[in-house]
Amino acid sequence: MDTVPHTSKDKEKILEAIGVSSFEELLTSIPKRLRDFRWDLPCGVSELELAAELRGTAVRNTDFTSAVCYLGAGNYDHFIPAVVERLAHRSEFMTSYTPYQGEASQGTLQSMYEYQTLICELTGMDASNASMYDGASGLAEAVLLALRSDGRKKILLPQTVHPEYRAVVRTYLSYVGAEVVEVPALDGAVDLAKLRELLDGDAAAVVIQQPNFFGILEDAPEAAEAARKAGAHLIACVNPLSLGILKPPGEYGADIAVGEGQPLGNAVSYGGPHFGFFAVKEPLLRKIPGRIAGMTVDNAGRRAFVLTLQAREQHIRREKATSNICTNQALCALKGAIYLALLGREGIRKLGLLNVKNARETYERLLRIRGVSEFSRKPFFNEFVLYVDRPEEKLKESFRRNGILGPLPLARFDARMRSAYLFAVTEKRTPADLDRLVKAIEETKEGDYLASTGRGIKQTHF
Amino acid sequence: MLRPEEELSKLIFEKRSANTASWLPSPGKEAEEVLKKIPKDLLREKEPEIPSLSELDVVRHFTNLSRKNFCVDTHFYPLGSCTMKYNPKSLDAFASFPGFADVHPYADEEDVQGALQLLHEMEIFLSEITGMDAFTLQPAAGAHGEFCGLLMAAAYHHSKGEKRTKVLIPDSAHGTNPASAALCGYEVVQIKTNPRGHVDPADLKSKTDASVACFMMTNPNTLGLFEEDILEISRLVHEKGGLLYYDGANMNALLGVCRPGDMGFDIVHLNLHKTFAVPHGSGGPGSGPVGVKKRLAPFLPVPRIRKEGDRYRWEHSAPSSIGKLRSFYGNFGAVVRSYAYIRALGKEGLRAVSENAILNANYLKKRLEDIFDEPFDGFCMHEFVLSAARYKKQGVKALDIAKRLLDFGVYAPTIYFPLIVEEALMVEPTETESKETLDRFVEILRAISREIQENPEKVQGAPYTTPVGRIDEVRAARQPNLRYHSK
Repeated sequence: MDTVPHTSKDKEKILEAIGVSSFEELLTSIPKRLRDFRWDLPCGVSELELAAELRGTAVRNTDFTSAVCYLGAGNYDHFIPAVVERLAHRSEFMTSYTPYQGEASQGTLQSMYEYQTLICELTGMDASNASMYDGASGLAEAVLLALRSDGRKKILLPQTVHPEYRAVVRTYLSYVGAEVVEVPALDGAVDLAKLRELLDGDAAAVVIQQPNFFGILEDAPEAAEAARKAGAHLIACVNPLSLGILKPPGEYGADIAVGEGQPLGNAVSYGGPHFGFFAVKEPLLRKIPGRIAGMTVDNAGRRAFVLTLQAREQHIRREKATSNICTNQALCALKGAIYLALLGREGIRKLGLLNVKNARETYERLLRIRGVSEFSRKPFFNEFVLYVDRPEEKLKESFRRNGILGPLPLARFDARMRSAYLFAVTEKRTPADLDRLVKAIEETKEGDYLASTGRGIKQTHF
Repeated sequence: MLRPEEELSKLIFEKRSANTASWLPSPGKEAEEVLKKIPKDLLREKEPEIPSLSELDVVRHFTNLSRKNFCVDTHFYPLGSCTMKYNPKSLDAFASFPGFADVHPYADEEDVQGALQLLHEMEIFLSEITGMDAFTLQPAAGAHGEFCGLLMAAAYHHSKGEKRTKVLIPDSAHGTNPASAALCGYEVVQIKTNPRGHVDPADLKSKTDASVACFMMTNPNTLGLFEEDILEISRLVHEKGGLLYYDGANMNALLGVCRPGDMGFDIVHLNLHKTFAVPHGSGGPGSGPVGVKKRLAPFLPVPRIRKEGDRYRWEHSAPSSIGKLRSFYGNFGAVVRSYAYIRALGKEGLRAVSENAILNANYLKKRLEDIFDEPFDGFCMHEFVLSAARYKKQGVKALDIAKRLLDFGVYAPTIYFPLIVEEALMVEPTETESKETLDRFVEILRAISREIQENPEKVQGAPYTTPVGRIDEVRAARQPNLRYHSK
């Protein structure tokens, strides 16, 4: 492939205009010994050859067109209407830069403003930025914001929050001088009594994930009340797709709402790119990280949009900025906005109902299989944990034989979670898919250990 | 009746038509029953104010919005430091293959061998391109890569029992450099640029001591100049036990020309959305892989890809690792694009990228030298900085020239950066632009230069042909209106 449009004649003319006889003369400021190296890279190939080769690579991955996906835990196999990519992949969105020259970027700026409004409506918050990298780094930035807002130094981070998110928060806090205290779980949800005990005058924030890592619905209003009483911020990390039916964090008193935007119209793509959303209540408005679009007017008094409150950002404030973020996930956030517009206010509820219904039906059907037992009796949205009393390898084999991806064995995160599996069930799952899942489990023999022996597990640290 | 431009600036919240989300099946009555399993105080009571629009109205809305943007596919976009080159469309098609786009990050390793192989090979390619020993593909963008690199620098010094408190950064650096250093708890110390546009060796020498963890550099620097004393700088920093960090924002100048690893850099981040053809997407997603020399490899983020025989797997635990920077493994879809770009161009094609990026920049620089001040002499690399200070006497600023360019159908160069050049205009033509396009750009700037002499008010009032005129930014910041409220 060649991406350079010069003819050899053009090149000669260019060299002549510059006043050199060869390209090498332009490199004299580079020490000679740096210019002399062996470069072990393959030769270029045509688009035709590369397409064939990459198809070969791609088919070695099991994708959602070749298997039924029950995997979730942060990324979900939702249906994406064709319109989303058709619009977002238009050149004008895909090949433009961050809209610093507002007059030539009104399309991006207005869509950002609309995205921000949609996120505020969905979460019940007052202001949103234009996007973060993902849910986990968004949560870490929320924690940093809470720590910045007052002198407090303690973050209460429940063990029911996604383990990868907790890991990312810890990484971000490496040199911040804050203490992370993990709040234990009880019956798959935050142990509220322990939370109240741990909430003291040094707590800057309580984090709640809703639904939590196990798919379970936390008693978020209670946790919010406890945080409020202790004067700590409540950071709610929420699944945006659940908010068509679940109470928005702004209504139960969250100060910051963040989450993973992938469920809103973004392909799973082996974990990225997607976007994180980040929304706050009014008092924190001027402290939020990242880009924000605002509405204003032009010199003729016409409605116009522009990047605003830039005095928070790294290109102005340098080491005093509210965050180091620059490039964000704009195109993914745009997909989220288009997806929400296609859903409309009826659609977001409809989608929530489909998810809840499919998940509940799957849950009840699976429980009727011998050797499958409950992990918790608490309510859930579109994801849940069950114990499946089968050797993991046998199950894996059977799922593969039956064309099923997942569910996620939680032993992957903690050996004590042996035989616990996290199932995600979206609107895409059909009764035929469920038959196939049941068949796959039933085809394996019960294992050499009983689910009941796992009963203590849910109260242990995770 | 609204005027056409008023109709076109309507928000999606100001439009109405019927939408029942008929692209989804009906959940049926039993769904409402299932909802009763969830306690009432966890349920939503009031519907969100999301617009209800037909598919056509959604399509028309966003299509019309898109038409208010300049982009690489429609306009010359010489935005310095951002590498707004043409990105081949085949790359988008590859990333959309179901075997890449519809794959779950928690799928069993057996089910993602293709993805793992691609990631593994990409780490090797990037190591070879930059002259480093190991790479992580986890960071989502350049600033995320900086954070990753500086965390590793800190972990490295800690492992040696050293407490170093400072990061050195040139005064011409991007704002992300000091912001990332601050996030790692470092004190930022600025290094001066000398009159030739290079890091001032004397200033560097006086500030380099045992308290310095790292010197962060861009090379070529943000003035578009190669730091010719780089080997001496490397010796100086390493002598005091510090590390050298390479900000890869300007890597488009160096492919096949020379390598940061050979210059002595210990840590390198790349911006796949600049050099390696990931479209900028109105501000993201990008990808910011980080490469290191062997002695820093134990600190790379987890998980790491391992190859055993012809099988690939994730290794999740590494005792010295800095941990995780985001969920899963990075912006995989972006990495697929860049992998395909490297494979398509190959060794010769990559070298041609930088050769032509450098040629195009020097050509423009030469042809513009009579109408702008060039603060630094000599050849540039892939970009250069002009000063529009001479037009101040007509009352015209770099900002005005930038806005006037829009009327001629060219996106504006980066302005007022780097901060050390008065009325800076930073121009990066990239390798994908033809001589004809560059010549037209020169003619346009000449026309604007004449206009400044004859009719400066015209330039000060620009732009005139864009969907909106000069925007009131002060009002936007003083009376923030960040979301729509329905009446």
